[in-house]
This record gives sequence, structure tokens and C-alpha cells, in this order.
Amino acid sequence: MCLAIPGEIVEIMPDRPLAKVDVTGVRRAVNIGLLDGEGLAAGDWVLIHVGFAMSKIDEAEAKATLTLLEGIGAAYDDEIDALRESGID
Amino acid sequence: MTIREEQVLERIDRARRSRPRLREDTITLAHGSGGKATHTLIEAVFKEAFDNPLLNRLDDSAGFTVNGADLAFTTDSYVVSPLFFPGGDIGDLAVNGTVNDLAVSGARPLHLSAAFILEEGFPIADLRRITESMRLAAGAAGVDIVTGDTKVVQRGKADGCYINTAGVGVVRSRPPGDLRPGDAVLVTGPIGEHGVTIMLARGELDIEADLRSDTAPLNCLLADVAGACPGAVRRMRDATRGGVATVLNELASDAGLAVVVDEDAIPVRPAVRGACELLGIDPMYVACEGRAVIVVAAEAADAALSALRGHPLGEDAAVIGQVKDDPSGLVLLKTAFGGTRIVDLLVGDPLPRIC
Amino acid sequence: MRFVDEYRDAGKARALAASIASLCEPGRHYKFMEVCGGHTHTIYKHGIEDYLPEGISLVHGPGCPVCVIPMGRVDDAIHIASQPDVIMTSFGDMMRVPGGDGSFFDAKAKGADIRMVYSPLDALKIAQQNPDRRVVFMGIGFETTAPSTAMTVLRAAAAGVTNFSVFCNHVTILPAIKAILDSPDLRLDGFIGPGHVSTVIGCRPYSFITDDYGKPLVVAGFEPLDLLQSVHMLLAQLAAGRSEVENQYGRVVPWDGNAKALDVIGRTMEPRPYFEWRGLGFISHSALRMRDEYAAFDAERIFDIPGGRVADPKACQCGEVLKGVLKPWECKVFGTACTPETPIGTCMVSSEGACAAYYNFGRFTRERVKEATR
Repeated sequence: MCLAIPGEIVEIMPDRPLAKVDVTGVRRAVNIGLLDGEGLAAGDWVLIHVGFAMSKIDEAEAKATLTLLEGIGAAYDDEIDALRESGID
Repeated sequence: MTIREEQVLERIDRARRSRPRLREDTITLAHGSGGKATHTLIEAVFKEAFDNPLLNRLDDSAGFTVNGADLAFTTDSYVVSPLFFPGGDIGDLAVNGTVNDLAVSGARPLHLSAAFILEEGFPIADLRRITESMRLAAGAAGVDIVTGDTKVVQRGKADGCYINTAGVGVVRSRPPGDLRPGDAVLVTGPIGEHGVTIMLARGELDIEADLRSDTAPLNCLLADVAGACPGAVRRMRDATRGGVATVLNELASDAGLAVVVDEDAIPVRPAVRGACELLGIDPMYVACEGRAVIVVAAEAADAALSALRGHPLGEDAAVIGQVKDDPSGLVLLKTAFGGTRIVDLLVGDPLPRIC
Repeated sequence: MRFVDEYRDAGKARALAASIASLCEPGRHYKFMEVCGGHTHTIYKHGIEDYLPEGISLVHGPGCPVCVIPMGRVDDAIHIASQPDVIMTSFGDMMRVPGGDGSFFDAKAKGADIRMVYSPLDALKIAQQNPDRRVVFMGIGFETTAPSTAMTVLRAAAAGVTNFSVFCNHVTILPAIKAILDSPDLRLDGFIGPGHVSTVIGCRPYSFITDDYGKPLVVAGFEPLDLLQSVHMLLAQLAAGRSEVENQYGRVVPWDGNAKALDVIGRTMEPRPYFEWRGLGFISHSALRMRDEYAAFDAERIFDIPGGRVADPKACQCGEVLKGVLKPWECKVFGTACTPETPIGTCMVSSEGACAAYYNFGRFTRERVKEATR
């Protein structure tokens, strides 16, 4: 129901709750008023929805998800290897 | 599938096959989008009124013979806002668009007309800027603007400047249009740049990007392809309103065959992709003004591709898919993720969305 | 794109799909509802169903905020837009949604000044640039979007803008899920939770689904691997006999949501006693309206709206289709009175709605499509 995409903060505007955000070379000012107290800075990634930053993206969590997925992938590869080996016998 | 479900599907198929009915009693913007609404309007109003064999083919240009000369004839109107945008303006758009409609018909463009509808109060300096870029575009395409017309309407009755151009060309070899299963589908360059550039140039979205319209004359590029694989070019279309997705749908439905494209193979510049992700738009439906979709026999795909890439306008050309026999009339996309989906015609323009 | 492309990897998807298949009990049929229309879009856009075994079907839920707006509210909005000094502003999504008497696009063709905006802040900007016009923002969306409307109203109040108002049609997802859960004929095994709504409300409010109704729920992200992983997590819960709220989308969704966002909603808006959902009927406390303190920004009070109700035709069975009880083609009006050109219920309004998708592509089974792309 809600289209929102990640963008990287390139600049925090002085005196206003605004940040310039980059999405693969496309830039727009977004309101960061909903993330008061998150201490946003250039280089942080945020989730953008209708011109507002909704959430600061947690890089550690992002990595954890991918590691978990890789784990499932590795288990699968092992299984395939095992299958292949058993096939040779 | 149960009998009841089959009956329902059959009823839908009948309704889909029947001539499209125009439901609206007024024109809406969707009627100008190039999608389903435009098709319905053309079928229900224009084809019905003007009915003749040349028109009814609804090709990019009408082809006919006069005293042994094989001619192509086409017309197009331009109503872009803003009039000036990165990479071009309404002037070169008006020249290139008509040149391209002739070029995809396998014709060498000869002469263009230019008719202007100007709004009272429109700056002469702007008009000069537009005509100068028309002069340059005509020069680049090797055509002359040989006749024209001017009308002025009251302030508020038009948006500055509208241009209509018509063009005639001599057909060198009109692609026969008979697609066959196995044929390769190519696109001449990255898609969606014109449409996204215009959307951003309007300024309402407050989005900045380093993007330029792709407006360009395709006649030399397409002539190179025809020269590189003689007799193997089945069909060419320039992807304007409605983007590549609309052209592919028209190809599939005209031929009664399927077109299967590879999402990974479709060239899209990062900034176009970024803007489209931000706005929730699919770049496949975004307008181009200097890109064509070409269908060639499978064995000619490599020759066509290297001919395209040998030309500055075709550097990023790619083979994006293949013609198949089933399911008839359908465009299928193999997604980069490894799934499949059907690429349908849109009813109107792609709209920015939030959900 | 970072945080996007990593989650679109086909290799990881194949591995995940194999693991999903191994978690399925042979012969068992699983039905999971993705509540959110954004998930429906992801599923369709990337062709995710190709990775799921036969035994798993995804049921598209009520989470398309424009599809669920009843026709009467669209008519009211068009009535406001048609006042001579009004500029109506709206997200693009709303433009084609039909009311009893046409859509925003139709109204625009008849002369109403309706403009598309990307953000409610853009609507406020239009108000500031046009002091002699009354600018109304068509507020739609779930809890993800309501904070941005609230922030805009607060900003308008702070700046003393007097020609800006909101026609508030914000809806809340939990009552709709509850309405679906309370249906006696429901057959669902679990829920894929709305990730972006959860950035605002967090994960706690879903506990009634897991505790009272015993259905597992996984808050999911919007990239294709996010969805596959969520299905994997739901199956793992079912296999272990658990029903818990889990958060697959931890990179974006904090467990407790966004307190500031909830605060600005609470300051400017309050729950309506009830609100009508297209196809689902009246659901209590399922929508928001402007608080009395912000009456000056409430289009419903500023304009004399007709407030007419266009009843969903009795034969429309959207509710049953949404709940996964009926297939689209089993609905009495499907394909006759209700078509994509003349949609009656929510499932036909959106092109990704179950009925619209079936109308356009039902004759092409997945097998046939897969065969063609091989």
C-alpha cells in the first residue's frame, strides 16, 4: 500500500528539517521532521515516502538479513552437492 | 478448470475481442496517452469516420505508390510542456518525431511541413529559438521544411506554442511486418529518458537529475541496420508515448504472436531507474523520442546489433527479447529476479503513485 | 541501488525457494495473505509466485488505500474540487479511481482544477503560491502516509496558512485485518505484515492476530527476497506450531515504530466511529478524521459536502474474494456488471486487484506463461 524507497542523505539543510537525498543519481529534498533525535548525518540511509523520511535504515540489520539468506543458500548448495555426490555412487 | 470458469473466461474473451466501445462522453487526458484509451478513441471515432485501407493499417506512416514512386506519408502534433527542456525543445521534437515515423517505415525522409498554433503574447524570441532548433534538426536529418502555416489564438486558449509537422519520404525497403517465432527483438538505446526528463523539467516534483531527452533523428541509424541485414528486418517502430511496453504490445497483437523480453537486457540509465523507483513508475511505459524497437530474423540479430552499436545513436543498443508463437498477442517479461510477468497495455499515462 | 539490488538476487531466490519447498508438508495447502497492496505489486512485478510451490497461494489483502475508498467519498471529493475557487491536490493513485459519477480525471476534463502532487508538502506550497484560491489535499493512505499529512497540517498551522485544508480519508489497517479474521468462513494460515505501515506503528499492535486468532504474522520488506524470506518464516512458524509476530524487515522497521509519527497523527487526527470500505462495508474505528482543534484545516467542515452514499451493489462479493473464500470468477457480477472499465468493487479497481488481474490474464495459466518464457 505504501511505496517507499531507500535514499542516501547527501546534505542536511541548516535550520530546517530538510535533507537532500540521493537515489541513484536522482536528488530531492525530503522532510526529516519524523526522525527527530535520530541524529541524521550525510551518508546515512533513510526510507523515503511522499517526501518524508520515515525511518533510518539500520545497516547492521540489513547485513544480518543478507547473511541469513546466504546461510540458507549455503545449506542448499551443500544439499545439492550431497545429492550430486550420492548420484555418482 | 471447471466448466463454469471456462464459461466465464470465454465471456471475457468475447468482450475483449469485440470492437472497443468508447464509454466517455468527453475527452480525457488518457485519450492522448497512447495506451488503451487512445486505441479505443482511434477505433471508435477516427477509423469509423475515415475508414480506408491505407489508414486502417494504423502504421506509423501511410504507404502508397505515385507514378511508380513508393512513398510514405505521416503527420504528428507536438504539445509538450515545458517547451524547452534538457536535451531539446518542442522544435527538434517536432522534426525528429516525423522523421522517425518515416524512418521506421523504411523510408528516406524528404520534405516536412510545419504548422504553428501560437498563443497571443508568446515571445517572438522563444519562437526564434524553436525555429532555430528545427532548422538544425532538419539539417541533421537531411530534410527540408518546405511548407507551413501559422495560426494565432487568444491568450489562454493554448499553451504557448503547438506544432504540427507532416512529412513525405521515399520508401527504400518497407519492412514487411510479418513477425515469425524465433525473431530477435532489439531496442536502439536506453529507454525512458525523454519522458522522465519532461516529468522532472516541469518542476512540480522537485526532483533533480542529470538527464537529457533522447530526442534524435533515427533515419541514418535505421538505414544502417537495413543495410547491414538486407531482407531480414521484419518491423521497426519508434517507441514514443506509452514507451517500449506499448510498442511491444502492438507488435505482439498485430502479429498474433508472443513477445518475450528479458528485464536484465533492457537498457535503463541509473537516473531514469532512480526517478522511476521514487515515483512508482515502470520505465517500460515511459516515452522515448529517439529510440526504436526493431524485429529482425534470428540469424541477423548479431549483424543488426553491431550496425546499431557502430552508430553514435545506437551505442547502447541491445537484443532484449524474442518472438514466440504462444501465447498469442501477449508480451511476457522474464524479470531480473527470475520470475515472469505479463506486460499489459496501460489505460492512460503512467502516474506517480504512493502505493 | 543499495538496499534494493541485494534483495533482488535470483541465485539466493532459488536457494530460498528450495528451502521453502522443503518446509511444506506434503499435500497441505497453505494460504497466506499479504495485507499490503505494495506487496501485491512486488509479487506481480518480480514474478515471485514462480518461486513458490503449488501448495502455497498468496491472497491479496485489503491494503490498497485508494481501492477501498467508497464511491460516495470520491463523489464528495469531486464535489469539493468542482467549487469555483478550489484547487484539489492528490496523489496520482487517486486520479483514475471511479466514484458514482466518474473519477478525478473525468472531473478535471469537465473543468475542475485537480493537480497531482508527490507530497502533501507540495500541496501546501501550492496553497501558499495561490492565496486567492482554496487548496484541498486529498488525504489518502494508511498509517505510513497519515504522518506526512499530519506534519503538513501542523506546518500550515504554524505558518498561518488559511487557504489549505485536508479531505481526510486516511484509514487504519488493524480494524480491516480484524474484520477479515472475524469472518466465519476464513481460511488463512498466516499473514505477511505491511512493512511500511509498521515503520510507524511498530510490530506490537499485531499481537492480537497471533495471540487471539492464532495466526502467525511476519512483517515483511518490499523487495522480492524479503517476501520469499517472509513466506519461509511463516512456514517455519507453522512447522514448529508457533504463532508469533516476527520482523523480517528489521533494517527499516523498529519494533516499537516511530513515536514522533504516531504523536503527530494523534495531535491532528482522531479515529472515526466507523468508515465504509469499498467491498468490505462499514468497519468501526477504521479511519481517521481531523481533530476539532484543526477544524480550520478540515475540508469536511469547510465545504458543504453531499455525503451521499453509493451502496456497493448487493451482488458484489469483493469481501469474499479478499478473504480468499471465493475465486474472482465465482463472484456473481464478475465480467458482466464488473469489469476493469466499469469496476464495482475494490478487487477490480486496482490493476493488481485479484479480479482485475484475473479478468486480464486469467486465461493464461502460470504454466502456459512459464512454458513460453523457457
